[in-house]
Amino acid sequence: MTADIAVSHVSRSFGAHKVLDDVSLTVAPGELLALLGPSGSGKTTLLRLIAGLDQPDSGRITIGDIDASSRKPKERGVGFVFQHYALFRHMSVFENIAFPLRVRKAGKTEIRARVVELLRLIQLEALAKRYPSQLSGGQRQRVALARALASQPRVLLLDEPFGALDAVVRRDLRRWLHHLHREMNITTIFVTHDQEEAFELADRVVIMQQGRISQQGTPMDIYRQPANIFVHEFLGESNRIACHVVDLKVRADAGYFLGQTDGADGAATAFVRPHQIAVRPSASGPWRVAQIASSGTHARLTLAWQETRLESGMTADALLAAGLAVGTPVDIAFTGGAVFREGGAPSALQNQPEEKSVSDIGRTQLSVL
Amino acid sequence: MVRILLITTALLVMVLFLVLPLLTVFIQALSAGFGAYVAAIVDPNVTAAIGLTLLIAAIAVPANLVFGIVASWCIARFRFPGRSVLLTLIDLPFSISPVVAGLLEVLLFGLNGLLGPFLAAHGVQIIFALPGMVLATIFVTFPFVAREVIPLAQEQGNDEEEAAVTLGASGLQIFWRVSLPKIRWGLFYGVLLCNARAMGEFGAVSVVSGKVFGSTDTLPLAVESLYESYEIQAAFAAASLLALLALATLVLKAALEWWHRDEIAASRPRTSARPQKAA
Amino acid sequence: MAAGGSKKVLPGFNLTLGYTLLYLGLVVLIPLSALVLKTFTLSWDQFWTAISSPRVLASYRLTFGASFLAALVNVVFGLLVAWVLVRYSFPGKRIVDALVDLPFALPTAVAGIALSTLYAPQGWLGHLLLPLGLRVAFTPAGIVVAMMFVSLPFIVRTVQPVIDDLDAEQEEAAHLMGASAWQIFWRISFPAILPSLLTGFALAFARCLSEYGSIIFIAGNKPMISEIVPLLIVAQLDQFDYQGATAIGTLMLGVSFLLLLTINLLQAWVRRRQNG
Repeated sequence: MTADIAVSHVSRSFGAHKVLDDVSLTVAPGELLALLGPSGSGKTTLLRLIAGLDQPDSGRITIGDIDASSRKPKERGVGFVFQHYALFRHMSVFENIAFPLRVRKAGKTEIRARVVELLRLIQLEALAKRYPSQLSGGQRQRVALARALASQPRVLLLDEPFGALDAVVRRDLRRWLHHLHREMNITTIFVTHDQEEAFELADRVVIMQQGRISQQGTPMDIYRQPANIFVHEFLGESNRIACHVVDLKVRADAGYFLGQTDGADGAATAFVRPHQIAVRPSASGPWRVAQIASSGTHARLTLAWQETRLESGMTADALLAAGLAVGTPVDIAFTGGAVFREGGAPSALQNQPEEKSVSDIGRTQLSVL
Repeated sequence: MVRILLITTALLVMVLFLVLPLLTVFIQALSAGFGAYVAAIVDPNVTAAIGLTLLIAAIAVPANLVFGIVASWCIARFRFPGRSVLLTLIDLPFSISPVVAGLLEVLLFGLNGLLGPFLAAHGVQIIFALPGMVLATIFVTFPFVAREVIPLAQEQGNDEEEAAVTLGASGLQIFWRVSLPKIRWGLFYGVLLCNARAMGEFGAVSVVSGKVFGSTDTLPLAVESLYESYEIQAAFAAASLLALLALATLVLKAALEWWHRDEIAASRPRTSARPQKAA
Repeated sequence: MAAGGSKKVLPGFNLTLGYTLLYLGLVVLIPLSALVLKTFTLSWDQFWTAISSPRVLASYRLTFGASFLAALVNVVFGLLVAWVLVRYSFPGKRIVDALVDLPFALPTAVAGIALSTLYAPQGWLGHLLLPLGLRVAFTPAGIVVAMMFVSLPFIVRTVQPVIDDLDAEQEEAAHLMGASAWQIFWRISFPAILPSLLTGFALAFARCLSEYGSIIFIAGNKPMISEIVPLLIVAQLDQFDYQGATAIGTLMLGVSFLLLLTINLLQAWVRRRQNG
């Protein structure tokens, strides 16, 4: 598979601060790639380097067959959408989209045809004469996208495209971008700090941390096998449980049994997501529901036993069906999780439904939910 | 009530210090009747002074306008070592006394100045002639346009320009189509203030001018000449023209500020956690 | 492999920087260097005599003293005007607000003759003050008045935006806790305004020091009594005493730089406080 974009051992420092440290990745033609990471991870810097808005200190960037490292942005054939849109405030929507064509001295009819076509694509034909200040955030974003597409770039780069929008608009635009990408099949890279967004949209995700790539792969691959604790925690909340592995069995340092796993014995940390803790009312259950926080469709339970607190999550319906309330004695089981050891690869936490175990605190019943 | 007391006192201060002098100009100018007023203005020496003032402004203002535009591109769009030093240097003429500004020109171009002998040998007259006055005016009004445009351009950021780069525009295209429209109102404002100062400059021009009423007097200098020769009414008549210029400047300034109040409000740093007023 | 940062994204850097430096050099730096060079042709004795003769010392006392007084009084008046413009509405407020800039826009010579006529013994204000024993025109008092005219807007315009940005909620909270209007102003609003007030004072002071045109008509211009430093320089130039003019000019320049530095530092302090 020939790569459409190849980043090879690229580094970039600003003063003493190393923002990108020997980063290499490839993007296949027509792929939708997400650069995901917390702020300061270097993802925007990398995007700008690909666009030509900055130069790497070392390394090479290839776009198509051209070594882009020495080329100016306009020679690279990239379309760039800025985080805050960067629409030309003194030009109408029409003029904004027409700009790249005017700059190339295209003919009037050609410009008109192309702009109208793009306006149709972004579904804003009625707003052609409006000015950016008269548009909503979502509309501005679409105009910025159309403008970037006007010169038919071979690569589309988006810098936190939905960062400044509210949740509802964000969801709509996500769906719309996905559809657009399907239609145009143009190689696209977008930068985001929103894990949900990256996973929902991208064919492949590259997770970055402090200037390095932590992991790259399809969303499913990453979720199933996070490469390290950072990735795991970045993907979502987990209960962090100090534990020990003895004979493939994992037991929390606080005393209760977690499940089985592969790998060597020794100290480890287990990460269990809230929805991986099954909760069932049990008269003798050693655990107790200490707190319930509802966010409408979902509920968070804080489970307590002695000094230990664990967070479990379930849908509000499930909560009601199970008849759980604050103070209810419950029994818990771990339906999944990851076990991380010092310096080693993570292993999965498993539970065999038939197996029973004896803990210091009495019988712990395992159930499959 | 406190409110009424404060407002009245403030108004009193304003009237006393600002309005009365302004009124004095017009009342004195018309003190001998409208006919005398017109006669004073169309007096050949005064019209010559008007012409000279306009000429100097016509040279100084565009020169500083171009500088302001160029400097704003260089300073607002790029980071480079010495940038803040450059900004301080640009502000310098603003803090120098106009008399010292005139002195500088004399020391450079005067007979005993650095270039004096050189100029005399080539028969070039700068001090006590138009070129000297133009140079002095340029010096004094040097920062006016730049001071308005540079912070404005800085505040607006480089995003749109960078976007234009990715869209394939050349430097000139970016400047003409993207940057210039953005700083338009700042430019108008700067030119307005620059012009007001250029036409009204007194101290610096006074030092370098030949002070020959009728040929090397600008309008402010003509006002001085007339006043010193006790032609009070004529002096105020000439002054009234300048006062009208000042009023026109104020009106245009207020109009510009009102037109662009949203942009101005957005560029002011907020000191408190109060929610922003809706634009 | 391009070295990072050496290529700028936006074009035109070299060209615009070159032009900026060239123009700056020609218009500002070369004339300034003429002054510096000329100063160095003076021996230290000559320099010292020129800047410390009795007449010159008298003019320093007068100019600095009057500027300080004018700026100080304007702190009060300027604060008052700014407060009223921000906090209250009244008919004609827009006009008053625009008028504050009058001294900025009005040529100094016009202001000079107007003030002189106004405060002369036969003038409107002059003859009102005469029975009170106050002579303004042709005395140092007149100088202070003229300085107040030119420097008022500096304080008003510096303080106005800060007053505008004062947190209304803080004042409301204090009010609820029982503070009187004066206490609220003195303990809550004033400390917040103080830094910009100081900046305004410095700006006003600097302006008063260098002012010429507005003052020379109303001042008596009598050496040792009512002669300001800029006038002294002009007088020396008229007498072709270039050495004297250069020496005093250099001193004035040095003071201007110092003030400029102080003002920049003050403004940086204000900005830090605002963003903190």
